[in-house]
Amino acid sequence: MTDAVLTRPGRSAATELVRRLPEYLLIWVPLLLSAAHLVSFALWTIWISFTPSTLVPVAGWVGLRNYTAVTASRNWQIAFDNLLLFGSAFVLLSAATGLILAILLDQRIRGENLLRSIFLYPLAVSFVVTGTVWSWLLNPGLGIQKLVHDLGWTSFKFDWLIDRDMAIWTIVIAAIWQSSGFAMALFLAGLRSVDADIIKAAQIDGAGPVRIYRRIILPSLWPITVTVVVIQLQFAISTFDLVRALTNGGPGIATQLPALVVYDLMFQRSLLGRGAAAAVLMLLILLTVLLPYAAWRYVQRRRAAHA
Amino acid sequence: MRDRSFAPSRILIYLAVSLVAAAWLAPLVVVVLNSLRSNEEIAQASMIGWPRQWAWSNYAAAWSGFCVAETCAGIRPYMLNSALVTIPATIFSTMLGAIAGYAVSLWRFRGDNWIYGIVTLGLFLPQQMRLLPWTIVLRDIGLINTLTGLVLIHTIQGLSFTTLFCRNYYVAIPHELIRAARIDGAGFFRIFWRIILPLSGPILIVTVIWQFTHIWNEFLYGVTFTTGQQQPVTAALIALSAAVADIPQHGVQSAAVIIAALPTLLIYLLGGKYFVRGLTAGAVK
Repeated sequence: MTDAVLTRPGRSAATELVRRLPEYLLIWVPLLLSAAHLVSFALWTIWISFTPSTLVPVAGWVGLRNYTAVTASRNWQIAFDNLLLFGSAFVLLSAATGLILAILLDQRIRGENLLRSIFLYPLAVSFVVTGTVWSWLLNPGLGIQKLVHDLGWTSFKFDWLIDRDMAIWTIVIAAIWQSSGFAMALFLAGLRSVDADIIKAAQIDGAGPVRIYRRIILPSLWPITVTVVVIQLQFAISTFDLVRALTNGGPGIATQLPALVVYDLMFQRSLLGRGAAAAVLMLLILLTVLLPYAAWRYVQRRRAAHA
Repeated sequence: MRDRSFAPSRILIYLAVSLVAAAWLAPLVVVVLNSLRSNEEIAQASMIGWPRQWAWSNYAAAWSGFCVAETCAGIRPYMLNSALVTIPATIFSTMLGAIAGYAVSLWRFRGDNWIYGIVTLGLFLPQQMRLLPWTIVLRDIGLINTLTGLVLIHTIQGLSFTTLFCRNYYVAIPHELIRAARIDGAGFFRIFWRIILPLSGPILIVTVIWQFTHIWNEFLYGVTFTTGQQQPVTAALIALSAAVADIPQHGVQSAAVIIAALPTLLIYLLGGKYFVRGLTAGAVK
């Protein structure tokens, strides 16, 4: 099919262009705007990270000075350590919770739809709302600790929210509560796509349920596990709203995370160059997760194409 | 392993899922109950408790009474702001994404793979990389601290998701259908109206729910690019907790939190199936 067939005789190229202008505009303007803003915004932020910009963007070249200033700051170091702890604890625990929930729901139980809705509803609510609610529940003078005290167990202690060493775990708790349902949904889809014939054959061979899970079902889930881990890591790296509402980085700067450092540098201290450098560092952290994942996906696809 | 008998193991399974479900519901139940308790009652006891008197007035105070900074208009103006940002941005990004997804999947043109690839990078580029450029762009075109500015941001950034969703849906449509229509002389828009749009019901619902939920719940852009009376409700909630930090009004605050969460919760209740489909579609990107 060539365009010559479609173009009716007697129409010049110019009238054809005019006739098609609305469709060209509607296709190209949004796509080009989207692509152009992504590329130019990213490049511009990278460029700013190498300039001496403070209150306003200025030209100039300071090399890696902004980067060294950020990585040498206590704020960033704490944020980075927190990200390592929060990221690994949250990703492991939410994947484990999601997997266990998915396996339980896969046992042909009654009320599966209702239960699934319950585990997934936090994902429909903003992190600002859930962070606020968790800040009440975990507040020792207000929430769970106060309730237990009022019930008579006065030596009970659950004050992680105001404990410098434990405060980061309150964010882990809230994040697990909010997004384990997502892992569950993906794992459940994976469990449902395991070949029923293989399971039947194993049952006929006398394999028990535990053995079937360990040998057949769980190994087939690992590509989904990788996807779950990568997506949850991406969420962990860019976490902002949840911390802002739950601890606001405190007590002190004990629950600082990279996204909060970026915001602080850019909009509270007006150090644009350093803020941009911190943003680029966030992007680099993200790329250490996404690039291996993209490579892995590429290999998987090639293998699938060859098979 | 998958029988319906009442073996002890099955009772254990039911017990386990019920316990987790109770834990998952607990925060919601606590806030709903608190929204019906008076501030004094909560101050005397804890956040967790049954209302002694049903304080329905909390909702009136939250909706149009309490004060943030110097204005005492409750959460209503901020809910309106969120609606005025979320609804247009959802409609624009979905419509443009559907057309772009249709063009990229069924009308091959020069450079389509390239531009589509770049647009989908928007799923990964952190918001922090775009904060400064957006600040400057919005200031230059005079849209800083306006709802229109937020609509613009969410429309352009939402395109990454909406184009991806629609493109992945449309590639499954047989090309013969389009080819036959083109031979009959139908153009780009006529094919879209007559053939593609009638087939698009499910994906448009998924996209609309996804966009609405994300834009309504968004916080970082709202708090960065708007102040005071122009803020969306997520930013206003944070401002509210800061404003009442000295004299907490937990009953009213709980009511405000419920009101702010209600639109997306309702959409989740009504369209849960499509919401989950969006989640998993976004995951396989």
